[in-house]
Amino acid sequence: MKHLLSVDDLTLDDVGRLMELSDHMAEVNQRANPKVPALRGTTVCNLFFESSTRTRLSFETATRRLSGDVMTFAVSESSVNKGESLRDTIETVAAMGVDAFVVRHGSSGVPQQVCRWTSASVVNAGDGWHSHPTQALLDAYTVRTELGRNTGFDGLHLVVVGDIKHSRVARSVSRLFAKLGARVTFVAPTTLLPVDPEFDHTADLDGLIGDVDVLYLLRMQHERMSEALVPNLGEYTTRFGLTPERARRLREGALVMHPGPMNHGVEITVDPAELPGAVIGHQVSNGVAVRMAVLFDLLGSGAVAR
Amino acid sequence: MSATSPLSTVIANGRVLDATGERVADVRIEAGRIVEVGAGLDGDTVVDASGCIVAPGFVDLHAHLREPGGEQAETIESGSRAAAKGGYTAVVAMPNTDPTADHRAVVDLVRLRGEAAACCDVLPAASITIGRAGVELSPFGELAAAGVRLFTDDGTGVQDPLLMRRALEYASGLDIVLAQHCEVARLTEGAVMHEGTCCSRLGVPGWPAIAEELMLFRDIELVRLTGTPMHFLHLSTARSVELVRAAKADGLPVTAEVAPHHLCLTDEALAGFDPVYKVNPPLRTKGDVAALRAGVADGTIDAIATDHAPHPPASKERPLDRAPPGMLGLETALGVALSVLDMPVADVVAALSWKPAAIAGVGDRHGGPIEPGRAANLVVFDPDERWQVVPGRLASRSRNTPYVGIDLRGRVRHTFLRGDHVVADGEARR
Repeated sequence: MKHLLSVDDLTLDDVGRLMELSDHMAEVNQRANPKVPALRGTTVCNLFFESSTRTRLSFETATRRLSGDVMTFAVSESSVNKGESLRDTIETVAAMGVDAFVVRHGSSGVPQQVCRWTSASVVNAGDGWHSHPTQALLDAYTVRTELGRNTGFDGLHLVVVGDIKHSRVARSVSRLFAKLGARVTFVAPTTLLPVDPEFDHTADLDGLIGDVDVLYLLRMQHERMSEALVPNLGEYTTRFGLTPERARRLREGALVMHPGPMNHGVEITVDPAELPGAVIGHQVSNGVAVRMAVLFDLLGSGAVAR
Repeated sequence: MSATSPLSTVIANGRVLDATGERVADVRIEAGRIVEVGAGLDGDTVVDASGCIVAPGFVDLHAHLREPGGEQAETIESGSRAAAKGGYTAVVAMPNTDPTADHRAVVDLVRLRGEAAACCDVLPAASITIGRAGVELSPFGELAAAGVRLFTDDGTGVQDPLLMRRALEYASGLDIVLAQHCEVARLTEGAVMHEGTCCSRLGVPGWPAIAEELMLFRDIELVRLTGTPMHFLHLSTARSVELVRAAKADGLPVTAEVAPHHLCLTDEALAGFDPVYKVNPPLRTKGDVAALRAGVADGTIDAIATDHAPHPPASKERPLDRAPPGMLGLETALGVALSVLDMPVADVVAALSWKPAAIAGVGDRHGGPIEPGRAANLVVFDPDERWQVVPGRLASRSRNTPYVGIDLRGRVRHTFLRGDHVVADGEARR
């Protein structure tokens, strides 16, 4: 692979290879000195046009554990608005000598545009409502390890609840899980669905809560109320939140996932610590291993797992 | 020929095509006018048009020439040169300049700059409302007296239904045409591309078809109420074609145009997030493209109008949601139309020439017929020549063409403006 822009770029072989690499990286992360020299001499530029402490730290940690050099460039949106074009920014940074750009931007498609202006590898760290492939990979890795699903997700029922329309996480997770064989259902009011959803959808969470293998809750953005997409957060929680009543109806062994940061009391009103299937903390720790795997796959010698 | 006669030019052996039909003939031009159409004509200069169509010059109802205020993207000189290369002898210059063409000084400036460039007639349009702000009417009477025929707030629609009704009532009797950019702004806030399967997949804010159709429906009903003619700009949806078809069947005085890109490109073009494909209204679906082609074929859509919208490269290198909408069109309209429309060449030329000439109110000077006494505003094109756009050779100051790498069929060879040979063998001479 040269770039990782979207889960659509990944073949099943790519996913399998990245999962095995992630196992290896997870093992590295367990060591007393969690560091390997795999990317020594390479420079990864984190280009974050949208603030995201979690994802940025995850990529920085991943790069450092592989002994790569990190250059972090948090560009305020306003400075770009002042007239510096995206292309100028990319070409300027690329000229300093960069092997990969990790790009986060509030506008869909920016990583694709960046590819046209640099010969470096580009990793999409989240663009607009479009795509967040490393999130989807770490979620797949989490399900694979938690449920022992090493050979795919056939028969697995993934239910994604919440603001599908504005969610790059929902787009990426649903497509990657479906690629691996899972059945996907979106649960949301029509206002929070794309006009043409790619998967089955319903607004009746109670109707399927007992038939879920992975319940994936999305973050509910407060500004959606002012856009008349939902009447108020209380009603949202009543219809779409993971309440104690719904949590009791979850099948034994069902996983509860969330990309973070979580709105406690909105999309979830139970304490995740009391949910045996909640693996939200594992998602975060797996994120470092999966991002190490991605960076190694794009930039490393490829000798480990191929 | 006597020594005192003006120099004559003969366009020889072409397929002479106008609203009356097609015949192989020579056309002799003297002192800016057609003086003879027939066989075996002789002249001081002979332009061989064998295998080519000789037609009345094209008339574009919809070009953004950007001057005054947007000269880094286009000037009246560069835009009218691009128009001449595209076979146009007249273009309507959209009023969304800075300042807006809502008063006489701007309208006069646009006309004078067009005359100075002398590549084609530049017909200034004016805005319906002051500053295109949708609040107060522009002085229609004063502007009509200054020669403005077409009024539009293009770039945005007139949102207020009461104001639009008043505009139509007040325009009555002035022999002007109000042209609407149909878009209910509230429905397209933040919109980037057609709302449908593709935008759902790409996670890009959708631009619903109904935003266009609602305003079109409203305005058709206002035409029914007031009786004042209206022209509808750059229609992009199948339902819009149906609405206009029904309005015409009811005998309402409405006309409509389509842009070349809406006849060939779809929202799938945005899969790579390249802002060159971002345009207002947006590229729609295959079904819409088919309906628009059918609308041109059956005459529901009167004119092909370019919506030539130059933007400097840096503005198309922004993120998709921040890049301005619009694409070049003047130099490629004929090639696109002939490539994608499965209809007789005469019908394509009608939609590029005499039908828009009538809407623009310049049917006395443009759009033929090709007969003695008429102004020699003519285009000669090879309907079968295949070619590709070379961005560096465009006459436009901008490069935002979506047609790079696409085979186009049909290319302009010569353009004559009042007998002046402004484009020869495909190259602008001014």
